[in-house]
This record gives sequence, structure tokens and C-alpha cells, in this order.
Amino acid sequence: MSKLTLKTEGETHIVVTRHFAAPPEAVYRAHLDPKIIPQWLLGPEGWTMPVCISEATPGGNFRYEWKNSKGHGFHVTGEFVELKPYRKIVHVERMHLPDATPDNHVETTFEPDGKGTLMTMRMTLPDEKTRSAMLATGMERGMEASYARLETMI
Amino acid sequence: MSIDLSASFAALADPTRRAILARLALGEATVTELAKPFEMTQPAISQHLKVLEEAGLIVQRVDGSKRPRRLAKAGVEAMDQWLAMLRKALEKNYDRLDGVLAAMQPTKDTERKLR
Repeated sequence: MSKLTLKTEGETHIVVTRHFAAPPEAVYRAHLDPKIIPQWLLGPEGWTMPVCISEATPGGNFRYEWKNSKGHGFHVTGEFVELKPYRKIVHVERMHLPDATPDNHVETTFEPDGKGTLMTMRMTLPDEKTRSAMLATGMERGMEASYARLETMI
Repeated sequence: MSIDLSASFAALADPTRRAILARLALGEATVTELAKPFEMTQPAISQHLKVLEEAGLIVQRVDGSKRPRRLAKAGVEAMDQWLAMLRKALEKNYDRLDGVLAAMQPTKDTERKLR
């Protein structure tokens, strides 16, 4: 089973869960290793991550830069708050679009689940202004495919 | 058009308001009709309706002395659409991660590096 669940929690949070067929050690590492992150943390099709810095220590910084084929790009910067090996990552991040969005506080846990891992990610819901900024940048182009698919569903 | 998602989610945090939305999903209803299933006074229901209205989730129209409410399509859809987009992006990411994990050889060496 690899179905993703996404729920809103209270007024300002989103909780995402996903099962992976790999042990917590591997899933945890995939979230922190700058060699592995650019292989999957890409969002909609058409984006690459040419720059990935990830200092996986408490207080360490990270920076992800995305680009698409049309030359549009944006980046995220953040700091690791807490790292509990193979079980929990707490970090703060913001998008630069190019203005920085409000800080998003994200807590991700990795629990053994059978032979695999249950990942739970709890994050802050962006405000209207942040959402508008996200759509006003090149992200909108990357989201076109998603929009198109969504429209066929409605 | 601007839909305030934070207000939308705040509005949905209350079970009575979620029940009101579920009722309105079936069709237009007056305050009296909406108050009936809940053990609440009409002013209490009206207060919930006000919150839902300000969040852009419902609208009212004038019908003589009545003010029937119905779901505001734009507000509900904007929220659904944003969440659906987020879900799509995450699903893409994690489907790719499944492939990456399958190819990974977790060794003691690489694990130690991340401690």
C-alpha cells in the first residue's frame, strides 16, 4: 500500500501520511542526503533541482533550487531544528518567490510499519498571499499539467 | 478573485459548520431548515452562517422575507483545487522516492554519516 493521505488539521495545518516499502533508515536518509534529494523532491514534471545543499545537523541549513526547461526557477531555504536519527526531522523553511514567504514549520516522523515505514508530515497551511505568490511565479507553468489533469476530473 | 483559504479552513474547523455545509451540498436551505437538525437556536445558527459566508464558502439570496443559503462554488472549489494540486505534487514526489528507495543500498557507512 502506498496511498497518500492528506488532511487538514484545525485551522492552520496539513497532515500528510505515506507508506514506503523501505525501512525508516532509508526513508530518513532520502530526506537529508543532498545526493538523493534532487532525485525525487521535484514536484510536478518538468522541474529539476540543480542546487541542493543540506547540512543535516541540528541548526544546519539547507537550500534547494529548482529550475524548469523554460528557465523559470525559485528556491527554498531552511534550517534543521531537530534530527532524531531515522525517526524524526523538524525543520523550518520558506520559499523565495523571490520574496520570502512566511516560515513553514514542518515536522516529519518515520515509524516502522511492517517491513516498511509510515511517514507522517505535519506542516503549516500557507496563507492566501503566499499561495498567490506561488502561482504568480514559474510554478504556475509547472502546475499546468496538474491543472489539466484536475480539469478532466471535475 | 481572491479566496482566503485560512478563513475557509478556520470555518471548517467547527463540526456544526461542517454539518451545515454537508446539508447545503444537497441544496439550498433557509435558516429555519438548517437549525432543525441541530439543537441550536436560530441566532446560534446564524452566527455559524456568518462565519461560513465571510470565509467565502456560502452565499445567500433574498426571497421575500427569507434568506436561503447555498454553497459558494468558487470558494469551495478554490480550496479543493489548491489541496488537489498539493496532493498531486506530493504524489509525484513520493512515487519517485519509491523508485529511489528501491535502488538504495543502505549501508552502515552511509547511515553513520547522517548521525
